[in-house]
Amino acid sequence: MQALYAQLLVGLINGSFYALLSLGLAVIFGMLNIINFAHGALYMMGAFCAYFLLNLAGIGYWPALIIAPIVVGIFGMVLERTLLQWIAGLDHLYGLLLTFGLALIIQGVFQNFFGSSGLPYAIPDELRGGMNLGFMYLPIYRGWVVVFSLVVCIGTWYLIERTRLGAYLRAATENPTLVRAFGINVPRMITLTYGLGVGLAALAGVLSAPINQVRPLMGENMIIVVFAVVVIGGMGSIMGSIVTGFALGVIEGLTKYFYPEASNTVVFVLMVLVLLVKPTGLTGRAA
Amino acid sequence: MTAMTDDTLPVTPRALRDEMIALVVMVALLAIVPWSGIYLFFVMQALCFALLACAFNLLIGYGGLLSFGHAMFLGTAGYVTAHALKVWALPPELGILAGTGAAAALAVITGLVAIRRQGIYFAMITLALSQLLYFVYVQTPFTHGEDGIQGVPQGYLFGVFNLANATILYYVVLTGFLFGFLLIFRTINSPFGEVLKAVRENEPRAISLGYKTDHYKLLAYILSGTLAGLAGSLKVFVAQNASLTDVEVSMSGLIVLMTLVGGLGTVFGPVLGAFVIVAMQQYLAGFGQWVQVIQGGIFVACVLLFRRGVIGELAHLLKRSL
Repeated sequence: MQALYAQLLVGLINGSFYALLSLGLAVIFGMLNIINFAHGALYMMGAFCAYFLLNLAGIGYWPALIIAPIVVGIFGMVLERTLLQWIAGLDHLYGLLLTFGLALIIQGVFQNFFGSSGLPYAIPDELRGGMNLGFMYLPIYRGWVVVFSLVVCIGTWYLIERTRLGAYLRAATENPTLVRAFGINVPRMITLTYGLGVGLAALAGVLSAPINQVRPLMGENMIIVVFAVVVIGGMGSIMGSIVTGFALGVIEGLTKYFYPEASNTVVFVLMVLVLLVKPTGLTGRAA
Repeated sequence: MTAMTDDTLPVTPRALRDEMIALVVMVALLAIVPWSGIYLFFVMQALCFALLACAFNLLIGYGGLLSFGHAMFLGTAGYVTAHALKVWALPPELGILAGTGAAAALAVITGLVAIRRQGIYFAMITLALSQLLYFVYVQTPFTHGEDGIQGVPQGYLFGVFNLANATILYYVVLTGFLFGFLLIFRTINSPFGEVLKAVRENEPRAISLGYKTDHYKLLAYILSGTLAGLAGSLKVFVAQNASLTDVEVSMSGLIVLMTLVGGLGTVFGPVLGAFVIVAMQQYLAGFGQWVQVIQGGIFVACVLLFRRGVIGELAHLLKRSL
């Protein structure tokens, strides 16, 4: 049973990353009509940013948790202003190709300087050790990642679904021209939205650094799994992305325990099943 | 919303004549390659990729479906052909048939799943399906994991043509390429191709006219996957191996890049694009990961600066269809 709980926890952690990444993808797709293929590369940049902060500037985990998403978010906003904005209004597929190219560039540059091996990033002192819960041993850092990700996800959901800013955002997703006519600076909102989505990816990167090590290709496989998560959940609803992300992480964890050979493929198999039963994805709305 | 290939010219007798002239020039050039002193291995490899890119282009350029998983057909056909030749000791013609057949079967299965969604979702689904297959091939024993199937014997085609002879192999690969190319050329100029273009331009309208658009898309997908498989089978004879690199996501990306550089929705663009990209990889092989950075840069430049690709821009400039 110990092993089952341990795999469940690993599943929840992966689920947190899936949720944070697919949430960002959904928000970006809503505003920019772009599927951000560079999301995995930006997730990796978040982890590297935390690594640089620690090793070059001596800035630890806690400040990095805020600084890294902001730095990478600003980098994302620069990308949006200089490159992505020029393809607005073109076929969605151009956005996919452009961001795929960006992912190749970013990952290639990092691979040139850091190879393919992992760089260690220590768990902060406050979160070391573990707790005995009676039925299982819980490493504190892992518990922290799950709880913190959940809080960030729900915070983002609240921001978009319950605040005035979120209302502008949803309105601009539905009809940008009309929202612009009301005097709201939609292009600036688009840039900020991209920054927000990218920041969430970078945050996931920082969270994963002490668990998975910092590797140039850490986002390469991740982004494809997250695409499958997005196909399963549909990009129509914020809450849908969060729930699907966590649920698929847990299912993946359970598979690792019961049938480890299929743990890499279970998400894709589920995607096929969902497509056969309900092609529009679980949360329904057709794109 | 602007479709990806909105400025292709309508097929007129003149356009068809231009394309026929270009076709004759291309065949003539390819036929004399063995006397030109150009490294044959390079041209054969480029021809395999050219067929692959043409098959991919049939889907995106004429059906409006961007597959980000075409490497799965290349890899599957490659593995099956290599296994058939090496382990079952089948003659080359049956090996090619087995590999292409496997790719066709894979296309039927994945097609039924993938065409349930359009546009961006189609791209993500094909990508996920090819990744699923990648993990399957990592684990199944017959692919030999990271090593791949090495030292595949080339054998005698129909018991007569010795494929270990580079010149003979070249003409066999060229024949395979031309077979696929002409099949695609015929398809896009057929009533079937016209319906496919109608589906690309306006699917609801095509449905309202009574066309079962899903059937057309599935057929195009199967044809595309099968021809990509043929490319994969031929490639085994050139490279004499089948490995995981042919099933990787980066390979699917490379196929997209070749077609994008040459020109989406042009007849000859994918061929030129394949030669350009394969040549680039040969010349830049010493630069390690910078090749990947350069490829990414070409993606960005193509999307931002010349979406029509080389042949597309040329055709636009000359106001001809190529």
